[in-house]
Amino acid sequence: MNNPFVVPAVVAVTLLTVVIGFYGLRLARSTSDLLVASRMVSPTWNAAAIGGEYLSAASFLGIAGLILRYGVDMLWYPVGFAAGYLALLLFVAAPLRRSGAFTLPDFCEARLGSRRLRRLTTAFVVLIGWLYLVPQLQGAGLTLSTVTGAPYALGALLVGGVVTGNVALGGMRAITLVQAFQYWLKLTALAVPAVFLLLQWQSDGRPAITPEGGARFPAATTVTVEQPATLTLADGSTVRVDPGDTLSFAAGDPVPQVSAAQVKQGADWLLPGDPDDEDSGLFATYSLMLATFLGTMGLPHVLVRFYTNPDGAAARRTTLIVLALVGVFYLLPTLYGVLGRIYTPQLLLTGKTDAVVVLLPEAALGDGLTARLLAALVAAGAFAAFLSTSSGLLTSVAGVISTDVLGRGSVRDFRLAAFLAGVVPVTLALNLANLNVSQVVGLAFAIAASSFCPLLVLGIWWRGLTDVGAAAGILAGGGAAGAAVLLTVLGPPLTGWPAALIAQPAAWTVPLAFTVMVTVSVISRRRIPHDVGTIMLRLHAPDTLRL
Amino acid sequence: MTEQTGTDVLRQRTRVVLAEVARRRAGYDRTRAELAAQTRVGEALVRGLVRAQLALALRLTLVVVIALGGLPLLFTVAPQVGTIKIAGVNLPWLLLGIAAFPFLIAVGWTYVHLAERNEQDFAALVERPER
Repeated sequence: MNNPFVVPAVVAVTLLTVVIGFYGLRLARSTSDLLVASRMVSPTWNAAAIGGEYLSAASFLGIAGLILRYGVDMLWYPVGFAAGYLALLLFVAAPLRRSGAFTLPDFCEARLGSRRLRRLTTAFVVLIGWLYLVPQLQGAGLTLSTVTGAPYALGALLVGGVVTGNVALGGMRAITLVQAFQYWLKLTALAVPAVFLLLQWQSDGRPAITPEGGARFPAATTVTVEQPATLTLADGSTVRVDPGDTLSFAAGDPVPQVSAAQVKQGADWLLPGDPDDEDSGLFATYSLMLATFLGTMGLPHVLVRFYTNPDGAAARRTTLIVLALVGVFYLLPTLYGVLGRIYTPQLLLTGKTDAVVVLLPEAALGDGLTARLLAALVAAGAFAAFLSTSSGLLTSVAGVISTDVLGRGSVRDFRLAAFLAGVVPVTLALNLANLNVSQVVGLAFAIAASSFCPLLVLGIWWRGLTDVGAAAGILAGGGAAGAAVLLTVLGPPLTGWPAALIAQPAAWTVPLAFTVMVTVSVISRRRIPHDVGTIMLRLHAPDTLRL
Repeated sequence: MTEQTGTDVLRQRTRVVLAEVARRRAGYDRTRAELAAQTRVGEALVRGLVRAQLALALRLTLVVVIALGGLPLLFTVAPQVGTIKIAGVNLPWLLLGIAAFPFLIAVGWTYVHLAERNEQDFAALVERPER
């Protein structure tokens, strides 16, 4: 593809991020300036910043790709990503803000007074942060290579480098402005092209999304084979293809099925899944719901934002605004996934469905100036997604590393920590090019839901929690979910029930974490902190009382 | 955490935490004292507030669990629901792709509203315990 506007658009977004970062640098004076913008951010700005930080590569690219490939069952991803904020609002937002802690390890120490538990949570914050950073950098590599033909490594290095430098130099005050700007950029980058796409679909005479006999190519298409595969043609015959072969299809030809790429067709795609399928059965769906509903509150870059609210009531209002902002955004990826069925069916053949959002404008609207400008806008939005989520993650990972690993949390420590926190995920992303973006993000949610969610919910609402119980629960739940991640990434392919249990672990790891945490706390109830009454008062007493 | 407190501003800035502020402030009434000093009356008040807020959160969670959590089960038990079309779009797409979001926002709005009311009730109780 040769679009002269894409590179300037991506460069503009990146430069703007850097410039606002430097503008913020002049304001950043102390470590607390860097970490939480001195708690002087208004709810609307803060909410847009949280939204901007939250809408990641998985939201911007991954959801549309999953819907294109698997259909209606994947709608649980956007619903779960939004519902996570409701869980956060109901159980965590206001008390967490009133606890007065900067980070999750701070909360542990304030609530349970244990240095060892603090170190354990630090390790999990870093683990979840890195796991979530890798797919962002992968998304950047994929997008840049799709739209410009640049090597995969360039996109990952570009985003990794810009974000590390920006976080190290400007910290979070700069980031708040950047993130809020990037929410609106991402919304615009999907919403404006969506209007044009719908008009185009209308003027094409509303072609059917699931036509009789499967998807068809809307225009003459040439696909180059990269991996050996077996194609099943529309008449039922099969063809073997090898790397380097080129396949040409005329407009109106049916799209063949590929053995290697799992793709759903027709009614399977249109209707909710059959209960025995390991990807869309009842167990997988409920497990995904649990991970996304409860995982959001455990994501380090989401939590750290709550300390920038002035008080508990503002934290609640901020969360409600975030819920509305991400809810509006999540209406859009579905549209791209559905229209991709009509205009970019070759992605079903190549399996690179994550690219649908970036490719759709030009595929549907042709080669004109409007189409190219819209494609550039989408690419810019995608880069905003990578930059903002990575910035938020890196800020929180660097924050805990500088205060809990390097020592005193001085500005110099923070900069060194930001560098360390950035190098590891960039290295990982360069070596793991083939992981599915949304799958890795889903696993990060599962770990967060099985470690920090029980810690926060029980810590805020139950007096009986002890440090030993919390540590045991985090190790059991987070450890089990982490083992499932390792098995998924490195282990052999599984089938049947073990596959379902490992691919979507939250349905058993979250209850496990809660059970272990409660049981061990009850056994060790002598270790309940003596000041638990004072802490409960501080977490729950209305801000207006100023107790 | 450095902050200056209301009208009784201290001349120089000191390191304070919320519980200490309450202890230091002169002329505060008995209920506040009981809250801050963790007497049995004070602790009972806080327990009541925590229980009310938790009950509210759990009730709204139940609403979401039934409304959203029931959908996969419904689609499995009654597959024909998935084939119902409204304006040419199958019902599951409408429910999950569009309707779920306003529903979540409505539940969130209800929670903020009711949680703030619980807090106002608690504040009223603390400020005028005789009522």
